[in-house]
Amino acid sequence: MTATLSAAEQTRHDDQAAAPVTMAAALNAALADSLAADERVLVFGEDVGALGGVFRITDGLTTRFSEHRVFDTPLAESGIIGTAIGMAMNGLVPVVEMQFDAFAYPAFEQFTSHLAKLRNRTRGRVALPVVVRIPFGGGIGGVEHHCDSSEAYYAHTAGLRVVTPGTPADAYRLLRQSISCPDPVIFLEPKRRYWSKETAVLTTEGPAIDQAVVRRPGQDVTLIAYGGMVATALEAAEAAAGEQWDVEVIDLRSLSPFDDETLVESVRRTGRAVVVHEAPGFAGYGAEVAARLTEQCFHYLEAPILRVTGLDVPYPPPHLEHLHLPNADRILDAIARLQWDDHA
Amino acid sequence: MTTFADTEPAVSAGSLLPSATPLQLIDADGRPAENPGGLSLPEQGILLELYRRMVIGRRFDSQATALTKQGRLAVYPSSRGQDACQVGSTLALRSHDWLFPTYRDSVAIITRGVEPAEALSLLRGDWHCGYDPYQYRVAPQCTPLATNTLHAVGLAHAASLKNEDVVALVLLGDGATSEGDTHEALNFSGVWKAPVVFLVQNNGYAISVPLAKQTAASTLAAKGIGYGVPSLLIDGNDAAAVYSAVSASVERAARGQGPTLIEAITYRVEAHTNADDATRYRASDEVQAWLARDPITRLETYLKAAGLLDEQAITRRAAEAEQFAERVRDLMNGTVDVNPGDLFDHVYAQPTAALEQQRAALLAEMEDGAR
Repeated sequence: MTATLSAAEQTRHDDQAAAPVTMAAALNAALADSLAADERVLVFGEDVGALGGVFRITDGLTTRFSEHRVFDTPLAESGIIGTAIGMAMNGLVPVVEMQFDAFAYPAFEQFTSHLAKLRNRTRGRVALPVVVRIPFGGGIGGVEHHCDSSEAYYAHTAGLRVVTPGTPADAYRLLRQSISCPDPVIFLEPKRRYWSKETAVLTTEGPAIDQAVVRRPGQDVTLIAYGGMVATALEAAEAAAGEQWDVEVIDLRSLSPFDDETLVESVRRTGRAVVVHEAPGFAGYGAEVAARLTEQCFHYLEAPILRVTGLDVPYPPPHLEHLHLPNADRILDAIARLQWDDHA
Repeated sequence: MTTFADTEPAVSAGSLLPSATPLQLIDADGRPAENPGGLSLPEQGILLELYRRMVIGRRFDSQATALTKQGRLAVYPSSRGQDACQVGSTLALRSHDWLFPTYRDSVAIITRGVEPAEALSLLRGDWHCGYDPYQYRVAPQCTPLATNTLHAVGLAHAASLKNEDVVALVLLGDGATSEGDTHEALNFSGVWKAPVVFLVQNNGYAISVPLAKQTAASTLAAKGIGYGVPSLLIDGNDAAAVYSAVSASVERAARGQGPTLIEAITYRVEAHTNADDATRYRASDEVQAWLARDPITRLETYLKAAGLLDEQAITRRAAEAEQFAERVRDLMNGTVDVNPGDLFDHVYAQPTAALEQQRAALLAEMEDGAR
């Protein structure tokens, strides 16, 4: 059922000159190219049709690919995930949208009890190549329930892959990779970066779906980030150069599975690490990162691995969110606390 | 062929409401029912097969209950009393249709042809699902309530999108109608006109909670109207009525006319599972009254009166069921064969590096005798 790529898509892959592209446009292109490349791919969710999604990520797709392939559903998240499971059982590749992070919670049972487990339950006989796109995180002045960082819930669930892009080019690559992946993928889109631009060629070539990448090489400390915090980490790394710290920034890309190899290599080399995320720190994803790296790098570490996270509070209202979210200053403070003087 | 859209409508024109009383083809005394609604009596060969499969299913069910007492099964939720629903609904499916069963629907699964050892894998505890869903077109038995309704709608809608003639039958209980997923599934199926049949086996209890505490609705079937889904209220202890209602609904779905909600009134004769004590929440005379309305006895009486079944045939059917039970006993009396590799092999399409490390560590533990 796999169709050949249209001339336009071929051009995008082979001959496209690097051009400025937003993450939103890159995601839209990834959906369009996946729909064009594989007839089994469907896109559905709330307001993804005529409206093109509340963030316009699915803009124009219904017109181009018909209502049979890109369509609005009733307003019910468990219904969306549950029916996506049934469609995948019947040979289709659903790419569904949850409108906002916190609005995915009604589907929690379908995520954890079925989407994550059906392959295991049936000893591999039932594969569920479902992609769930979820705009996540804060930084856009959203009111309550629109800014959650929900990654730990999914990453804790065996059987789900959890990925999140940090750049527009990677948004295209990771989404195409996720749609091609035989496992269910929770695709977390850092909504504060939808309008960030990068001059890039959109391609699926590059790091695999489960690989972390070094966004900025450095020798003194490994700064680990993902999603919306990648740009913040890079900003902090530039500022740290002024303090004579040569900071390496790693974009995790895949939260589950975790790329131990890339991370361990870096941390053993630098001897120091800070992990950054927007979500509250308590029992958060950063705790897993710090624990794994401590277990594997203990004798190489010059200082405890520190976490820079959101506060352990429910997500704040718009006028207070800047106090909650990690920024470059908070990251630099953490880097400064990495026991630089102990061996002086 | 049984239909209700082409003959006297079971769902009256202009209304999606079910009948006021459960439709029957054969009454509780085994006589032709006075008001079959739009249901039509299945042909003789089907009636005999319904009887045969119910006798086998009943024997399988009692054998499984006995196996729990011997410790051979971890748990068994019996469907005794719901035999007509289990067998009538499953036999009404075509070979290319799909069945979405729950944990209480083991008899439906073996009626569909799943090997008993594979069907009992979940309840024996050697794996969560022992059969290949694609081989039998039977989804894994669903333990969470009502979640399978959405899977059925999705699978059926996918068939529509692919222009495939496939209908999905999903089994659920009265308790499951209180779950949100049931409402979402009925709603999605109505909007999409998905080829789905919802069969609610209203057996009176959700573990210990009676229907009166589950809903204020006059019937569960009546819930269909809110979703634009036509519904049928039937006597769930009448195998002919179950078969007729489900096959008519399957045909209706296959014609592109969308979903049907069927409520079948039946009774869970046994406790919720072997771990439950039903005497804490219901009186034994209630159970006795339902035993007198046994679905197998009812069909047997009808078939004998119609001259389609004699004592010799009844004895043959019983002997066949006994052979089946013996085979189940033999299969379950063997040692449980489990593979530790199953823990890691199918979490993802390819085990992750971290899982491979855990596999190696577990194997080392086992070699050391620590496990």
